[in-house]
Amino acid sequence: MTIHPMISALRKHKAGVVLIALQIALTLAIVCNAVFIIGQRIQRVNRPTGLNEQDLFLVSQQWVGAPAGDDADSIQKLDALQREDLATLRALPDVESVTPTNSLPLLNSSWNGSASINADAKLIGGNARTTYYFGDENFLRTLGLHLVAGRDFNAGDVINKGFRNTTEPGMILVTKALGDKLFPKGDALGKVIYLDGSGTPSTIIGEVERLQVPATGGWVSAFTWNATIEPVRLNANFSRYAVRARPGRLQAAMREVTPALYKANPMRVLDDDSVKSFADIRKEAYRADVGMAALMGVICLILLGVTAAGIVGLTSFWVGQRHRQIGVRRALGARKADILHYFQMENLLIAGIGAVAGVALAIGLNLLLMKHYEMDRMPVLYVLAGVAMVLALGQGAVFAPARRASNVPPVVATRAA
Amino acid sequence: MFGYYLDLALHSFRRTPVLAGLMTLAIALGIGASITMLAVLHNLSGNPLPGRSDALFHPQVDPRPADLPGAKDEPPDDLSYLDAVNLYQLGVAPRRALMSSNWLPVRKDAQDSPLAMVTDRATTADFFAMFGVPFIYGSAWSAQDDASHAQVVVLSRAMNQQLFGGEDSVGRNLVIATKTFRVAGVVDDWNPQPRFYDLNDGAFGKAEQMYLPFFTWLDLPQDYGYGPMDCWGNDPNAGMHDPKAQQCTWAQFWVQLDTPAQVAGYRAALVQYSAQQHRLGRFQRPPNVRLAGLVDWLDYKRVIPVTVRMQTWIAFGVLLICMVNTVGLMVAKFLRKSGEIGVRRALGASRRMVFLQCLVEAGVVGVAGGLLGLPLAWLGLWMVRQQPVSFAASARFDPSMLGAALALAVLSALAAGVWPALRASRVAPALQVKSL
Repeated sequence: MTIHPMISALRKHKAGVVLIALQIALTLAIVCNAVFIIGQRIQRVNRPTGLNEQDLFLVSQQWVGAPAGDDADSIQKLDALQREDLATLRALPDVESVTPTNSLPLLNSSWNGSASINADAKLIGGNARTTYYFGDENFLRTLGLHLVAGRDFNAGDVINKGFRNTTEPGMILVTKALGDKLFPKGDALGKVIYLDGSGTPSTIIGEVERLQVPATGGWVSAFTWNATIEPVRLNANFSRYAVRARPGRLQAAMREVTPALYKANPMRVLDDDSVKSFADIRKEAYRADVGMAALMGVICLILLGVTAAGIVGLTSFWVGQRHRQIGVRRALGARKADILHYFQMENLLIAGIGAVAGVALAIGLNLLLMKHYEMDRMPVLYVLAGVAMVLALGQGAVFAPARRASNVPPVVATRAA
Repeated sequence: MFGYYLDLALHSFRRTPVLAGLMTLAIALGIGASITMLAVLHNLSGNPLPGRSDALFHPQVDPRPADLPGAKDEPPDDLSYLDAVNLYQLGVAPRRALMSSNWLPVRKDAQDSPLAMVTDRATTADFFAMFGVPFIYGSAWSAQDDASHAQVVVLSRAMNQQLFGGEDSVGRNLVIATKTFRVAGVVDDWNPQPRFYDLNDGAFGKAEQMYLPFFTWLDLPQDYGYGPMDCWGNDPNAGMHDPKAQQCTWAQFWVQLDTPAQVAGYRAALVQYSAQQHRLGRFQRPPNVRLAGLVDWLDYKRVIPVTVRMQTWIAFGVLLICMVNTVGLMVAKFLRKSGEIGVRRALGASRRMVFLQCLVEAGVVGVAGGLLGLPLAWLGLWMVRQQPVSFAASARFDPSMLGAALALAVLSALAAGVWPALRASRVAPALQVKSL
């Protein structure tokens, strides 16, 4: 089949050709970017936090009438309350281990700062941004974190301090990501760093394979895996405990918590949200992402449907218009398959033109979104997949009208127009 | 003539139902998508207090040090404690309200009744009258109560339901953060969106569950924060520890100013206050005051979420593609009628009349598409409501959007129809009549 007569035939339908091509181009541009957004959201939702999320839950509670934590004496009282809670939780039959903590990944409540390899660095001038987790010797075990170098905290390392006390501990654990950022040679273990522009050195005694920051917003994308763990029980008039239930006993352990804590000390507030499984924390953190992905999916389907309908409509019209010519071609010896292929090739040509324009539009739209809406650069793969998709869509949509065209009997040629 | 064109249009619909159906569907989908997002945008950018907003103003002063790194020219959104109290006592405005929010442990005044953490807004007496908060029982506390640090509380309808089963609880007692408070009133559901008076926790959240006198609230033996704070400098005692620290802003302040003269007078008073503080050495910067009206304030704070803006653009992209689609189908449809048009032209119809006839046909597609698009938009809004976003509740179908949907549908169909109609009106009659 030669392309030349096809092109001269298309010249007679410039309007229709331009419109279909334009529609395909716009559809390609929007669908590519929408699918890219969906892909990004899915990737975000599926990234592992570094925790063993199974059988893990969080308890958040608030004491009422507890000391304010202004002086050393009241801080020791708050610490006694916290240690009492820890002992209560550890004594529960379905609980495997417990650690005090200030937050968990995906909880969107965080304490962030900066780490520097120099003392007294300006806060903004630190070498790496980091989030802080505060826990005791059970922190790694409870969260199911993997130590890749050095050692874990032991009970003797753990200190307690008031919530507003900004003194830095002498030893810390960091994530591998943070360690490598500060010491690119990968020899962070045993090195000394300074936190939040302080002059007190903190020694890195171990490195954790992976631990995500609590926040999930776009503003943490620069330090998502930079976490520092301090062997500290923070004392305030509220507390959080991460609890690992015995395997398969999550629900039972969660049910035991509230009555046991109230029994130990009734002067506190625990409400419906106070005992939360990590699965729920994850679900809440990513609900908006899942919603956005679904919305984009619906929009893609609408666009593809509309475009397919447009192709069906216009091609049907052309088939009707060329009824007699088709009859003549058939009478002159063209097979049904030739007619079918003619319309399919024609569509491929138009869709190809649209796709070329669409690639430019898609990249342009991506650049626009990058500029205004914090999007990333779209990989070429998405564009190529988009091109393949619109070409396939065109072929699918053109098939029915083309089949109808191929069924035009040769006898039509003999009839008056 | 219009009636005849309408008749022709309907006739042509019946002759090519598939083509007409596809066009209608395309317009309907485009309208459904764009009206969904327009409705969301409309509700999000709506006036939270129509009728009152014109008289409500948000004063700002600038207590920041002159050399704060990274500081913008705009003064902080909120006031420091000292400025809040000073402006509150300025007394130039007919009404003013000072406020902030946190959460406090609350229980009924009975042995062993359970404690619950309750969100509250600490404010001053004018809050209720100034913002038009409706009372079910009782009334607001008085300015006298503010001055005497009275332990009174105003509950929300939901809180009253939860604590007192919805009965008239005025005069009953509650224990809030270990102190006993008397219920002064119960307000009906009141939650203007956006929550203009305090945007620190997001513009589309829930209203607080109870209201306390501001100065009484400050006296409470509390350690529950004083609302989101913005501090500068390195004083470890600032912030949660000491809300009265000079380098922390956290209190919201609103005034009611009924006449332009009052607005000008208040602005002058703000400048004068800043200048005085500057002379006293408390303010390092020269007077840098703002007095934004409610609507301007919401504009400045850009309360509409970025995702909503992006989704609106995408929805209009869908509409554009649907329109291109409709243009293509209309070209096909009108060209198919070339013979018919040739006859009309031969019988004396002018190009203009043919053009108008085609436009009427396009308009009919628009009306049909709009009617079909309305349920689609309703479906779209339902989908938005299923999303876990703070503004989900705002995704309601506003009756005013009904007219907008139909108008947008007809307009887009007409816009899509102009070029095909022009082409159709250019059909050479002789050629067509010959081939009949």
